[in-house]
Amino acid sequence: MFDRDRWQEIFEAIGKNKLRTFLSGFTVSLGILIFTILLGLGNGLLNSFLTSFVDDAQNVIFVRGGNTSMAYKGFQENRKIQFENEDFEFVNTNYKGKIEYSTPRIYRNGLAKYLGESGNYQVRAVNQDHQYIEKTIMMKGRYINEVDVENKTKNIVIGRLVEKDLFKEEDALGKILDVDGIAFKVVGVFQDSGGDNEERIIYMSYKTAQFLFGNNEHLDRINLSYNMAMSTQQAIDFSKQIEKDLKQKFDVAPNDQSAIRVRSFAEDIKQTMAILGGIYAIIFIIGIGTLISGVIGIGNIMTFSVKERTKELGIRKALGASPRSIIAMVLQESVLITSIAGYIGLVLGILILKLIGNNLEEFFILNPKVDTNIIVIATMTLILFGLLAGYIPARRAARIKPIIALRDE
Amino acid sequence: MIEIKDLHKSYQMGSNSLHVLKGIDFSVKEGELVAIMGSSGSGKSTLLNILGMLDEPDAGSYVLDNVPIKALNETKAARYRNQFLGFVFQSFNLINYKTALENVALPLYYQRKKRKERTERAMSYLEKVGLAEWATHLPSELSGGQKQRVAIARALAANPKVLLADEPTGALDSTTSYEVMDLIQGINDEGKTILVVTHEPDIADMCKRIVHLKDGVIVEDRKVEQVRASQYV
Repeated sequence: MFDRDRWQEIFEAIGKNKLRTFLSGFTVSLGILIFTILLGLGNGLLNSFLTSFVDDAQNVIFVRGGNTSMAYKGFQENRKIQFENEDFEFVNTNYKGKIEYSTPRIYRNGLAKYLGESGNYQVRAVNQDHQYIEKTIMMKGRYINEVDVENKTKNIVIGRLVEKDLFKEEDALGKILDVDGIAFKVVGVFQDSGGDNEERIIYMSYKTAQFLFGNNEHLDRINLSYNMAMSTQQAIDFSKQIEKDLKQKFDVAPNDQSAIRVRSFAEDIKQTMAILGGIYAIIFIIGIGTLISGVIGIGNIMTFSVKERTKELGIRKALGASPRSIIAMVLQESVLITSIAGYIGLVLGILILKLIGNNLEEFFILNPKVDTNIIVIATMTLILFGLLAGYIPARRAARIKPIIALRDE
Repeated sequence: MIEIKDLHKSYQMGSNSLHVLKGIDFSVKEGELVAIMGSSGSGKSTLLNILGMLDEPDAGSYVLDNVPIKALNETKAARYRNQFLGFVFQSFNLINYKTALENVALPLYYQRKKRKERTERAMSYLEKVGLAEWATHLPSELSGGQKQRVAIARALAANPKVLLADEPTGALDSTTSYEVMDLIQGINDEGKTILVVTHEPDIADMCKRIVHLKDGVIVEDRKVEQVRASQYV
């Protein structure tokens, strides 16, 4: 294997048979190139698929009250189901351990004013857990905390665009913002990857909002995230359990669809995972197919190459080449060509993927990249199978009887 | 040098068996120059192939330089060929992408000689056949006679016991043929044992002994007065 003379002999043979070298190299380069690009595009597809799910935590469950659609237990239909703080605590105590984070939500619209600037914004009253459920990123300051909730402080957290709209170049942190005639202190500014609307929101403590705007304990919604240790199916069961228990608590008919709505992303995740699995499977099949055709190509070229060299190999045998040295020569040559050509295909493929970059975003292909390990493994596989594919013709070459090879045309 | 007893060889042609060699007894001493003659189908090429270990006999014994050549596997046959035999073919059989020098050096490569030694020895044999200045040329740039001289240099390079030449002048015009025979005679004069398969009587007459094959048996084996090729050159 490491015989310098043999390598010299092989380099000579390669250098002087450029067409043969080019043909076998080309097949391999093309195989690896296509494999790399397909895999990259497939990964790009996956990337764009995944980014559409990262805005919110994926393990969230939204619970909302609506109006009953049927009479039940002496209640008339069209009764409004209104959640209150007590229901939020009911959920928290009842499902302790299954819940990771939980927050109530109260929605309002508020007119916010600062100096000469004003604007209407959505106001959400929440607790400290909301930050984690929404995956809110703080640009500066802090989020609503437990003290804000319990002490009903007039602290607010505003979105990046609220700050931009109202404070212009100024730093909003610590400034007083007038919302519906009440003065609030800005304690934090956040950003959100969910889009512009998500950054035009004002957050405050839900107890503050209840105290200031209605003096009641009403809640519009309960958002929670379940424990990640749960499987998707367990999560689906969990959300059904919540729905069932709350229906019982509010005397709602078990088959009433509109009174209490529990929406979980677990179902969506299940579907997404199925689609992802499908994409993976397709990429896998295409990849394997490309590799197989590459191997077949190498096998063909090797057969052709050996055929073309029949006479030469016969001469070598007549001059004293052992069958083993013939096999070794043919295989070493093919491995050398496959490795170099595979590397060229790999580099070319990665280069093309780099060029594509995010230009195909509108076709749902985002940041197409390949795991170098996979490509190296693919190249190795190709070399290995190329070796196997080359071994058969090489062995046949070694068995060529010199008299047959040397027979005059 | 060569000792052959009761050699048989037949080829299977579909359901028929073609008996090519029907009991050959034949021996060659060191330094002989033997012509093996016969019409096509007489078995002369088969005999040469068996002598060259390129083919195996069905029955009979073959001893080459006191080494019994029997039940050889491919690897052993390759080694013996490399050690004992040098081949010269009608169609030269040079490797077309190697220069004259590289072609001559090839048997030495299979003898695992060092590169420097290979080149030096190959060069000296090229000089011997008068082609030193053509060392870096490819076979396609050489004339037929030059090609055959390169082939002879290659056959000699491994310093074999016996040189086997299969119709060495078959593809050459008569002037060139005599040049090649002159070279072969010169090598024989130095003591090398040489077997030449030919069907040309004038080439056979340039050897020291003529063995005539017909239908798989030796019908004639006689010593001749050697005609020197140099007088025609």
